[in-house]
Amino acid sequence: MGDVLSYAVRGLTRRHGVGEHSVLANDRIDLDIRQGEVFGVLGPNGAGKTTLVRQLMGLLRPDSGSITMFGRDVRAAPDLPARLTGYLGQDDLALAELPVATAVATTARMRGVSRAAVREVRDAILDELGLTAVADRPLARLSGGQRRLACVATALVGDRPVLVLDEPTTGLDPAARRAVWGALQHRRDTTGTTIVLITHNVLEAESVLDRVAVLESGRVIACDTPGQLKASVSGDVRLDLAWRHEPPFDDPTVAMLARIATTNGRRWTVRLDPVTAREALGRLTTGAALAALDDFSLATPSLEDVYLTLGGASRDLERT
Amino acid sequence: MTIVPDERNAPAILSALQPEPSLEPSLEPSSGPSTVPLPLPIPMPARLGPPKMPLATPFGTAFGAVYRGQLARSKVGRIPLLFVASFQSIGILVLLRGILDVDNSTAAGQVVAGSTVLVVAFVALNLLAQRFGALRAAGALDYYLTLPIPPAAVVLGTAASYATFAAPGTVITAVVGALLYNLPITGLWLLLPVVVLSGVCLAGLGAVVGLLAPRPELATIAGQLGMSIVLFLGVIPADRLPEIGRVARDVLPSSYAVDALAAAFQPGVDWSKVVIDLAVCAAVGIAALAVAAVTLRRVGTA
Repeated sequence: MGDVLSYAVRGLTRRHGVGEHSVLANDRIDLDIRQGEVFGVLGPNGAGKTTLVRQLMGLLRPDSGSITMFGRDVRAAPDLPARLTGYLGQDDLALAELPVATAVATTARMRGVSRAAVREVRDAILDELGLTAVADRPLARLSGGQRRLACVATALVGDRPVLVLDEPTTGLDPAARRAVWGALQHRRDTTGTTIVLITHNVLEAESVLDRVAVLESGRVIACDTPGQLKASVSGDVRLDLAWRHEPPFDDPTVAMLARIATTNGRRWTVRLDPVTAREALGRLTTGAALAALDDFSLATPSLEDVYLTLGGASRDLERT
Repeated sequence: MTIVPDERNAPAILSALQPEPSLEPSLEPSSGPSTVPLPLPIPMPARLGPPKMPLATPFGTAFGAVYRGQLARSKVGRIPLLFVASFQSIGILVLLRGILDVDNSTAAGQVVAGSTVLVVAFVALNLLAQRFGALRAAGALDYYLTLPIPPAAVVLGTAASYATFAAPGTVITAVVGALLYNLPITGLWLLLPVVVLSGVCLAGLGAVVGLLAPRPELATIAGQLGMSIVLFLGVIPADRLPEIGRVARDVLPSSYAVDALAAAFQPGVDWSKVVIDLAVCAAVGIAALAVAAVTLRRVGTA
């Protein structure tokens, strides 16, 4: 694995607007997305994720740089992404008034699924994503989560070799989210589908991605497996403390932590090396400060920590 | 008080909480509490190698799918609008009945034909401009542009679904008009080519207008303006228009559809003229559709 690149992106640059108010949405981005991997693009809102995927889909023209799919230049063959890729965008107005089953079936037909096979294909995907019960209802009359799930079904139907999904699990409840992750991994494992998944959710990134590119202000600031990224930036752990009332600052451990903690009301977050963290927590939970402590947790670094350590400035990454 | 570890981080947290140094042999390759777990190897997919290139979907299949989808959508809220379209045209017929000299069969034929084509214009220009304006504004054209289908199939499939609901309106308008103005209805079969060709023509223009409008409200206004122009230049008999009106009438492609249909209400039909009028409609229709397809791609892929 690894020799065939579903996408090879080189020096991709795209500016929005002109003059003083222009924004460099993508700044010299290089990416290699291998066939059969679940590749993630993680970043806060405004990092340039959607600009990147819209270029991958041929919906935006790069100002400079190149994109190839399986070795073929997308600019020379603009129909490549539409033929090879199932795409989930952010807006679903085109489908909003269609019943779920019709939306899925007509999309399948537009991806060349034969008339004879379309019913079976449609029912399979509705079943896989738990949409059978709402198959006859228009998308606009579903809850936000079910509506998004129906759009995911339209992106998956027709079995494309590549899937490009822009925040597929936004607004989904945990069960639906797991159904989507399961559907993606099933396709990757059985048919070698390449999946490009845009997310600003750290849990999603850590749960399903083989590799992840971290995007900040249009630049890729890191790209590796989630585990390697976490290992590369820090051996620290995160100690979260929640105080019942005013913390006892006369306690030396509390005083020490107060100096380095990021506070949010009575919630403290401290990044420490594991030995210090363990010792501090030990003293807190056995000493007098325990009475003031409402809750605590100790966790290894998350991709959010990676993002922050690498210089990410935004605070809107989701954790749950 | 709880330890609330993420499930995947649990072993690392537990080891971090254990006294150090641990004398227990560890299963982890590096058991130091400061290390994060090694990444799991990426599972190998079952089959690899460059994928078979999926073919682009043929026009007919794509057209059918767009049409079916739009038709399902039309059930939601289009029907009342199409009643409006028919009533509007019949209202105009009734109104002009009081003004026009019924014995002038040329003028009467043109009024009826103009009112009938107006139903098509309402749907093709007005509703389609609104629809594509809204799709553009919402960024929803992406859906179609990322499917392996010809853009013309999107325009034509959408137009055809609206036309399905407009068709009864055109028949009702033409028949009511013929009865109201004492015109023969034997030539009414001409309605079919007239409606289809003027529909393609005006739908192409409506889609272009909707796609080019920078804001959806402007698309709506432009569509309604276009419909008003079709109304005035189509319903008012050509010989009663001022010079500039006659020039505008000649430029407007729907006029040729009106003329072709008006001929059907006359006792002696000049077929060569009808064929030429319909040919003009067809040519403009194909051109408008091609422009709409190019516009769809251009606007959607900035």
